[in-house]
Amino acid sequence: MASRSGSEAAPSRLGGGADLEIQGVTKRFGDFVAVNDLSLNVPEGAFYALLGASGCGKTTTLRMVAGLERPSAGRIVLGGDDITGLKPYQRPVNTVFQSYALFPHLSIFENVAFGLRRTKSKEVKTKVGEMLDLVQLQDYAQRRPAQLSGGQQQRVALARALINRPRVLLLDEPLGALDLKLRRAMQLELKRIQTEVGITFIHVTHDQEEAMTMADTIAVMNAGVIEQQGTPSDLYGHPRTTFVANFLGQSNLLPGTIRDRTGDEVTAEVHGTKVLASHVTSDVREGDVWVGVRPEKVTLHASGEGHRDGQNRLPEGEVIDVSYVGVSTQYVVRLPFGQKLMVFEQNTGERPPFTVGDRVDLAWLADHTFLLDARQDAHAGADLDDDA
Amino acid sequence: MTAVASRGVRGWLGNHAVLIFGLLVLLYMFTPIFVVVLMSFNDPVGRLGYDFAGFTLYNWKNICEPYQLCESVGNSIKIALLATGLATVLGSLMAYAMVRHYFRGRGTANLMIFLPMASPEIVLGSSLLALFVNANLAGQLGFWTVFVSHVMFCLSFIVITVKARLSGLDPRLEQAAADLYANEWQTFGRVTLPLMMPGIVSAALLSFSLSFDDFIITNLNSGQMITFPMFVWGSAQKGIPMQINVVGTIMFLLALGMVLGGLLLRRIRERPTA
Amino acid sequence: MTALGHVPGPVGAAPPAPEASRRGLSGYLLMLPGTLWLAFFFIVPTVTLVASSLYDPSGTFAEGYQMTWHWQNYTDAWSEYASTFLRSFLYAGATTVACVLLGFPLAYAIAFKAGRWRSLMLVAVIAPFFTSFLVRTLSWKLLLSDNGFIVGLAQALPFVGEDFRLLATPAAVITGLTYNFLPFMVLPLYASLEKVDPRLIEAAGDLYASPFTALRKVTIPLAMPGLVAGTLLTFIPAAGDFINAELLGNPRTRMIGNDINDLFKSSVIPTAAALSVTLMAAIIVMVLFYVRKAGTEELV
Repeated sequence: MASRSGSEAAPSRLGGGADLEIQGVTKRFGDFVAVNDLSLNVPEGAFYALLGASGCGKTTTLRMVAGLERPSAGRIVLGGDDITGLKPYQRPVNTVFQSYALFPHLSIFENVAFGLRRTKSKEVKTKVGEMLDLVQLQDYAQRRPAQLSGGQQQRVALARALINRPRVLLLDEPLGALDLKLRRAMQLELKRIQTEVGITFIHVTHDQEEAMTMADTIAVMNAGVIEQQGTPSDLYGHPRTTFVANFLGQSNLLPGTIRDRTGDEVTAEVHGTKVLASHVTSDVREGDVWVGVRPEKVTLHASGEGHRDGQNRLPEGEVIDVSYVGVSTQYVVRLPFGQKLMVFEQNTGERPPFTVGDRVDLAWLADHTFLLDARQDAHAGADLDDDA
Repeated sequence: MTAVASRGVRGWLGNHAVLIFGLLVLLYMFTPIFVVVLMSFNDPVGRLGYDFAGFTLYNWKNICEPYQLCESVGNSIKIALLATGLATVLGSLMAYAMVRHYFRGRGTANLMIFLPMASPEIVLGSSLLALFVNANLAGQLGFWTVFVSHVMFCLSFIVITVKARLSGLDPRLEQAAADLYANEWQTFGRVTLPLMMPGIVSAALLSFSLSFDDFIITNLNSGQMITFPMFVWGSAQKGIPMQINVVGTIMFLLALGMVLGGLLLRRIRERPTA
Repeated sequence: MTALGHVPGPVGAAPPAPEASRRGLSGYLLMLPGTLWLAFFFIVPTVTLVASSLYDPSGTFAEGYQMTWHWQNYTDAWSEYASTFLRSFLYAGATTVACVLLGFPLAYAIAFKAGRWRSLMLVAVIAPFFTSFLVRTLSWKLLLSDNGFIVGLAQALPFVGEDFRLLATPAAVITGLTYNFLPFMVLPLYASLEKVDPRLIEAAGDLYASPFTALRKVTIPLAMPGLVAGTLLTFIPAAGDFINAELLGNPRTRMIGNDINDLFKSSVIPTAAALSVTLMAAIIVMVLFYVRKAGTEELV
């Protein structure tokens, strides 16, 4: 699929599968290392998200795949062929630019046809028509970009890239300029289009919710390296670094020490209380750890009540803050050893909400416990998710 | 009642004082142009008379009557066209290099481009004359020496104007073109140049008017050749033919038409129809 | 002509462009022709001018000149033309002040009060450029002449004598200079003012600043780059101009430009060159001093 008819631009030796491999790529700007020995593998047809705060190197990675930056070291391989040294116009890769970069002097039709004309493609008119159908902009072909709304411009940018049937489509914060409501709509739209055309999408974003909604694989980037990659539920349920635990959603991290380990099951001790982690994916084996649990996985019980087997339990907490946010109630509970934990409870109405000063026990399933290397900063990535 | 009304008037005046003053300044700037247009229809009493004595179309029908007037206008147009042509090409290349290419000595280049604009014309003119005299070209002063000096002083203005346009252009547009399979030349031809064009056209128009209107530098380096400003200068000493006002009016109307046309065109293009 | 409408600032902010600039030879090649032109017809002439100012003054146009490092050309020129220099800078200074006084309110009105008439008012500012400089200056000669309506009007006023006149006075020269260089003040001022967020001025008002204090503490400091550029663009050409002095003045309002021009025209090259170099040097010194005082480096 996706081979272009143009002869001068498309090297015909590109064939076979179109997996994208980034092999040990480093990019330096002067003394600053933007991307550090990065390796990743994007299988054909994937919707792959590179997630990270601004300045983490995700856009630089994308630009190297597009050919807009040259790696300082390493190789970029597409479908088995090394494309590291190819110019942007020699690669079967297209980009949806941040803020779109639509040509202001050309009509929507000519914007979308731009790539086809360069590659001397046949049936430009039909193809552009089909593509404008796909993004539902048939009636706007003769307009100029300035006459379109933000959402429409976004779809033109998408159409302009997709029409070339690239092997890999790169999206650089494609929804960043849209307002929240439109962004939600476009997320679904993008997902629909990706499923429809079956092209590999690599999507760069700082918005974790956007990444989780759309991508089937997410790579979390921080300071030029990939912290962890996996499916959204993998990353969320079993983060392997404190950065991922804090950047993707929120986490409670408690200081603990490993006491016992059998296979996937690890017992740790937190201030004298035994805590079981039954599905450990990280490679911490012994010594000090951060024992992590997501706030919404924790349930609150009146002190000493509601015991159930297979649950971890931290007793003797005190509710010190309660915020009602509609679908849930968010509690801050202080444990006897002083640490504060967050707990989100659905407002099911099964029991009346706790109030400030109540004594409570905290409980969660062993399966929802994750363990992280204690040498990491417990606050890494905590305040980053909403910038940029 | 009257107190309220007078406060209303005074309040209005207070709110609009700046605007009213600004409009008065504009009036000051326009007064001489009114006079030029008016005088183009003047039927003077004597050769030296510069009072409005009566209305006539004679000046408009006999523009070329004063000796050398039309010849001087022709010379000015010829020089302005040629100098603008060359300066626009050289200046646009420089502007493009300065915005989109890396090279050493950028600071020096900037200074070299800025200095001619910051020098009084009399200094530029006398430097060039000193050069021509030293190169034993004093006898050859004329069309080509004027052409050379006009290209020189127009160049800086063109570089600055085109540069302003180029540096306002999103470099992602060019990256997008490369991403969409346009090679370097196609990117330049299809994207960069069309987007630079408004800047280049403005720069060329500016250059044309600067060249056409230049007196101080031209006067020193033109030898026996006469341009329109030199004709006006000469006639100011002898007696002013009304036809120079006709030329002035025609210039004004042409330029005004172009500018307003451009403004209108932009309005139409940018009108959102969605 | 229209380009002057573009002088106010770059169009929109350019986003950062990592590696947008390409390396290699092509940059130099693109720069080469223009650079050569400026080298041959700006730098070499300037050097020649300085050299000519040190020639033996007894040479002539026809026989050529001898380089004798004749520094006395300068002292001679200074002693003879000191008062003309002084007058030129005085007139140029007065012109600059007048341009600020007229230009600031105009630029302010266009930036904040003109609303939808903004583009039209900007066109009006550059409209004087649409027709010939000399023809316009001649119109002033007519307007200011003894039987013109301005003088007639003034003479009718009390305290203004019958022998009041304008043409051939310093006031006429400064009026003409102000008129000619006013757009060079208004455009950069407008460019700076246009970028001032009107909410800042409102915020100043909200924080108990009177309109005048808001102007002094907020608007003018923010318009400083435009003010500096405008004063330079007015002062420099005004100091070297001789057209206004010639057409609107009298022999006692001659400016240094008149003398340089006349001396070159009558082939007294070394003296003329010495005056020209002095003018240039004086302007450079003043500009450097002024720019340092005004505390801005945004010249280009």
